[in-house]
Amino acid sequence: MDLALKPEHKAFADEIRAFARANLSPATREKTLSGKHYDRDDHMVWQQALGKKGWLTYTWPKKFGGPGWDVTRRFLFENVLAEEGAPRILPFGPKMVGPVIYTFGNDEQKARFLPGIRESTVSWCQGYSEPGAGSDLANLRTKAERDGDHYVVNGQKTWTSYAHWGDWIFCLVRTNTEAKPQEGISFLLIDMKTPGVTVRPIIMLDGAHAVNDVFLDNVKVPVANLVGKENDGWTCAKFLLANERLGIAEVPSSKRGVSMLRSISDDPSMAEKIADVDLQVQALEMSELRALSAMALGGAPGPEVSTLKVRGSEIQQRIAELAMEAVGEYAAPYQPGMLFHDSNETPVGPDHAPPAAPRYFNMRKTSIYGGSTEIQKNIVSKMVLGL
Amino acid sequence: MDLSLSDEQKQLQEQAERFVRDKYAFDARRKIAATDRGWLPENWAQFAELGWLGMSLSEEDGGYGGGPIETMIVMEQFGKGLVLEPFLPTVVLGGGMIARAGTAAQKEALLAPMIEGKKQFALAWLERQSRYNLADVSLKATKEGAGWSLSGQKGVVYNAASADQIIVLARTAGSARESKGLTLFIVDGKAKGLSRRDYPTQDSLRASELTFDKVSVGADAVLGKVDEGFGVVEDGVDRAIVALCAEATGCMDAINAATLEYIKTRKQFGVPIGKFQVLQHRMVDCFTNAQEARSMTLMASLKIDDKDPVVRAKAASGAKVQIGKSGKFCGQSAVQMHGGMGVTDELSVSHYFKRLTMIDLMFGNQQHHLTRYSNLAMAA
Amino acid sequence: MDLAFTPEEQKFADDVRTFVRANLPADVRDKVKNGKHLGRDDYMRWQQALGKKGWLVYTWPKKHGGPGFTPAERYIFENICAEEYAPGIIPFGTKMVGPVIYTFGSEEQKAKYLPAIRESTVWWCQGYSEPGSGSDLASLRTKADKEGDHYIVNGSKTWNTMGHWADWIFCLVRTDSKSKPQEGISFLLIDMKTPGITVKPIIMADGGHEVNEVFFDNVSVPAANLVGKENEGWTCAKFLLANERLGIAAVPQSKRGVEALKDIARIEQDNGRPLIENQSFAEKIADLEIQVTALEYTELRVLSAMAHGGQPGPEVSGLKIRGSEIQQRITELTMEAVGEYSAPYLPGLLWQGTNEAPVGPEYAHLAAPRYFNTRKTTIYGGSNEIQKGIISKMVLGL
Ligand SMILES: Cc1cc2nc3c(=O)[nH]c(=O)nc-3n(C[C@H](O)[C@H](O)[C@H](O)COP(=O)(O)OP(=O)(O)OC[C@H]3O[C@@H](n4cnc5c(N)ncnc54)[C@H](O)[C@@H]3O)c2cc1C
Ligand SMILES: Cc1cc2nc3c(=O)[nH]c(=O)nc-3n(C[C@H](O)[C@H](O)[C@H](O)COP(=O)(O)OP(=O)(O)OC[C@H]3O[C@@H](n4cnc5c(N)ncnc54)[C@H](O)[C@@H]3O)c2cc1C
Ligand SMILES: Cc1cc2nc3c(=O)[nH]c(=O)nc-3n(C[C@H](O)[C@H](O)[C@H](O)COP(=O)(O)OP(=O)(O)OC[C@H]3O[C@@H](n4cnc5c(N)ncnc54)[C@H](O)[C@@H]3O)c2cc1C
Repeated sequence: MDLALKPEHKAFADEIRAFARANLSPATREKTLSGKHYDRDDHMVWQQALGKKGWLTYTWPKKFGGPGWDVTRRFLFENVLAEEGAPRILPFGPKMVGPVIYTFGNDEQKARFLPGIRESTVSWCQGYSEPGAGSDLANLRTKAERDGDHYVVNGQKTWTSYAHWGDWIFCLVRTNTEAKPQEGISFLLIDMKTPGVTVRPIIMLDGAHAVNDVFLDNVKVPVANLVGKENDGWTCAKFLLANERLGIAEVPSSKRGVSMLRSISDDPSMAEKIADVDLQVQALEMSELRALSAMALGGAPGPEVSTLKVRGSEIQQRIAELAMEAVGEYAAPYQPGMLFHDSNETPVGPDHAPPAAPRYFNMRKTSIYGGSTEIQKNIVSKMVLGL
Repeated sequence: MDLSLSDEQKQLQEQAERFVRDKYAFDARRKIAATDRGWLPENWAQFAELGWLGMSLSEEDGGYGGGPIETMIVMEQFGKGLVLEPFLPTVVLGGGMIARAGTAAQKEALLAPMIEGKKQFALAWLERQSRYNLADVSLKATKEGAGWSLSGQKGVVYNAASADQIIVLARTAGSARESKGLTLFIVDGKAKGLSRRDYPTQDSLRASELTFDKVSVGADAVLGKVDEGFGVVEDGVDRAIVALCAEATGCMDAINAATLEYIKTRKQFGVPIGKFQVLQHRMVDCFTNAQEARSMTLMASLKIDDKDPVVRAKAASGAKVQIGKSGKFCGQSAVQMHGGMGVTDELSVSHYFKRLTMIDLMFGNQQHHLTRYSNLAMAA
Repeated sequence: MDLAFTPEEQKFADDVRTFVRANLPADVRDKVKNGKHLGRDDYMRWQQALGKKGWLVYTWPKKHGGPGFTPAERYIFENICAEEYAPGIIPFGTKMVGPVIYTFGSEEQKAKYLPAIRESTVWWCQGYSEPGSGSDLASLRTKADKEGDHYIVNGSKTWNTMGHWADWIFCLVRTDSKSKPQEGISFLLIDMKTPGITVKPIIMADGGHEVNEVFFDNVSVPAANLVGKENEGWTCAKFLLANERLGIAAVPQSKRGVEALKDIARIEQDNGRPLIENQSFAEKIADLEIQVTALEYTELRVLSAMAHGGQPGPEVSGLKIRGSEIQQRITELTMEAVGEYSAPYLPGLLWQGTNEAPVGPEYAHLAAPRYFNTRKTTIYGGSNEIQKGIISKMVLGL
């Protein structure tokens, strides 16, 4: 056992750092460090740079065009990028639908969709949740009826993050209403430009627009866009959710959050609260490393990664809470211009004050999305503890 | 970076597991706790035979060249069995400090017999007023010819009654709570002028109050340098903390396993109580807490040999905070989920709970180490 | 609405204080003050003094021989007793079976049992729980079969608090095993000296003996000892449980506990200063004190609503939950204050009253056992999970 980095890993970390400094736009970096919202270009320009270098899909195996990195390299990559203020890689293509396609898709689908994901020329979004199907995802009702070589899709998806930026959406749809809920679901890829697809914004409590309703009204989707077998979509869905939960712990950005907290506060009792969250981050990081190291010895991510998601989301919330606590009453002024646009108004109070409360409000989402904390605990209780 | 155990380490783990399984069934432990010594010489002899007493010492010191990971492996199993033999005071604290700070003569006189199972040690640092401040020492050592004379008191000294040698932290210069001016002395357990009040502890270990009334020792009793004992004891205690964290991890695994089993079998309202979601979620939280404890213990065990003392101190304090937090959560939850049975002496849960509680108080509780960590992190 | 006491109430407070100072035996007061364990006789001497004054059953209405205190008087009485280090009144007679008897019992039963409860000449214990029936009380199986004018009782009860000191036990027994669980239960009073009763100690995690198993082997109980109607015991049982939870919040004791904790934190040293000057520790005490205050005002609100003619409703479950958590927190912080000096375990001093000297100050060796023991408060009297279940169902309608 050893935590030390080998020389080749040190060189690797330097290479990533040099790349980030050369390729990440200063404006984007500044948004990360000051807690402002990104626009589509912030993500796309950066992801395309990574794509060119072959690093965007850094978790993919070599044979699908990934770099085939070991656990240590992935760890370094994520950490160095977070330290350098890079936006997190939007997971919908590289971490969600990509692995589903290379695991369950046919060769044509791989050829057709994987390059666009690797290079970030196509932006994806996730169409799972519906108004009546949140935690109880298997209850979804968006229907896809076979009509010759097409499916005709009708229904509504909701909470779709970045659907307003999306070129494509991957959807869970119901193809059989007779069978058990889990058995009549299929995994379908839909071009957002298809007639009948409408996107309506949902404004979040902090004023941000990140999620949407997506209405599907007689949308014609070629049967060739079905991934895996008809009615076998639940398998893809669950595979994807397990992958999703691993990345969602967000340790590197929480580490950045801890340094941010130390830079804005020097009150001793705050310092102890920061120390406490710092230690929680370290515990989470070690747990994640232990899980990754077990995976490196040939395991798939098991249900215990659910606990990483639970803790990871609590930590993100705690950091946002402490940042607001540090700002005190100066968290009150609401300055949307400074959050969402490149405005040059001056902040009321210190520079870090305007995003503090909105971030705190916004971060409440982390224990809800990607399978709520309660659902994760149900999963661990059943799958790990056998209760 | 590599987080997997080597083959030898896996063997060691199995060996320790086997020892606990064979020798530390709940009732067997009760009997050991009720003996005069509070531990079994035959078990100690077995530790020597298995090489555990020297495993973490270097080969020059007569050991087998292991390190903190080996200590972690064994301590974790000890935690599962609530093992009572004084491994921590003798091997981790005493042996470790002598190996790191002792002269060649001291090592020869003490380490070889320790490895053979013929000598035990204790560390006397705490005094009534010290709380968790290692430098809050008023027991005085004054020059007496070529040697020294020790007078004052020490409290809650684990294993003092069985120790052949007691390592005593004394003030040789400086004022109260100054870290400069502290010196470590190796004092014979039966020295003239040393009296003891022995007692059991809440978790069935043995400790003593010690009174030193002009106890004379030679110049060769000094461990390390005169007036510079603080660094040695701080480092020794940090290493002991990491070992203690491993023990706590084992305790948590065991108490969680016992609770899980209990809520799967205890029925109320016609169903196993593990069917109630509040208990399920609490059980999951216990599981998560134990995972975090394991992670932090591993991190600390990997860092405690670092060259930088700040890295070592942060690792030990960080892990101790986690252990305090997780230990309390798992302990209290286990008792609660056992209902009335949890507050009796009859089941193992209350015994694990008591041990976890005492581990938090030992060498500084969660709050103390959070403050220490915070100060170190702010200074960095 | 007014928080201030009226002149009459102030006078009452003075009377209570004078009475307690004159009648609480000094050795008992010292034991309470130093957190030591009390013996049966310690409780009895104090309770009998209260009984003579008519204050032991201070929650009872006048017509059953209680003093008919107003909520303010109750509050004052409880607080002053606690401030003056009086032992807590043992609830089994005064707060549990007494009210059941005057509410559901016959005139003969009232005449026979109430005086001895008022005067504390008889010690009662509670026989509800069984090994298979803890939270699920209605599943109890101790059987009482009618034979002539007697019931023959067979089965076992467990967790009987102070059953080894008791003269009488009130039991829930099954008199009909065919109907729904709740419908076949009866409420029976049993003399502990009746042949066939065996009491076996259960040792607690701190090494103490306070609870017992009680075995019933063909115990013959006169049918006259049945309270209420046969098979309607569940009604008495639930009535009693709701009363039980009210006292269980133990606010005055907790207020006293916080003061004791502060005293300890003034004595204990931290880097050469009193621990109470350590900011993090002081903040923990402050947090606790605020919790106690919140609980106290909630209890006052409930008492005031009851004074205007209500029975304690399911929301008292909330008091039990917070009250028990606070009791635990006090012991936890006390142990934290004592630090490593919590470790010595001195069973002689703790349980047999030997005169060995404590290690460190007197309070030190009590800290950890109290912490361990107090884990019980979130379990007994209906565990906190069960209380939350009750609130969720009865108050929130979930
Ligand atoms: C910001 C944001 C972005 C999102 N992005 C996407 C996206 O891009 N694509 C997508 O498909 N979805 C997305 N989601 C949806 C997300 O996955 C759902 O919100 C989530 O699954 C919870 O569903 P719900 O909101 O309907 O809550 P509900 O399921 O109605 O849950 C309400 C509450 O009940 C609890 N609960 C439910 N069932 C149980 C149970 N069995 N036991 C105990 N507690 C239970 C929940 O934990 C929660 O606290 C997003 C959500 C948010 C907030
Ligand atoms: C010190 C002490 C003194 C006592 N004194 C007396 C006495 O004098 N007389 C008397 O009759 N009894 C007494 N009791 C018994 C006490 O009332 C029971 O211990 C209590 O009702 C819990 O029952 P149990 O111990 O069987 O636990 P269980 O009922 O087995 O409960 C175990 C765990 O499961 C949880 N649980 C159970 N059901 C549910 C549910 N539906 N939903 C969620 N969680 C659930 C509980 O909350 C608990 O955490 C005493 C107990 C103690 C510890
Ligand atoms: C020490 C202790 C204290 C407790 N405190 C309380 C408490 O104060 N209140 C409480 O509810 N639980 C309390 N409990 C828990 C109690 O044991 C039961 O768990 C709880 O009442 C729920 O019981 P139940 O599931 O039988 O439901 P209940 O709601 O009691 O009853 C279920 C069914 O029985 C019927 N029923 C209820 N009462 C009667 C009756 N008198 N005659 C005929 N049928 C009836 C109901 O109509 C319903 O159909 C306590 C447990 C212990 C051990």
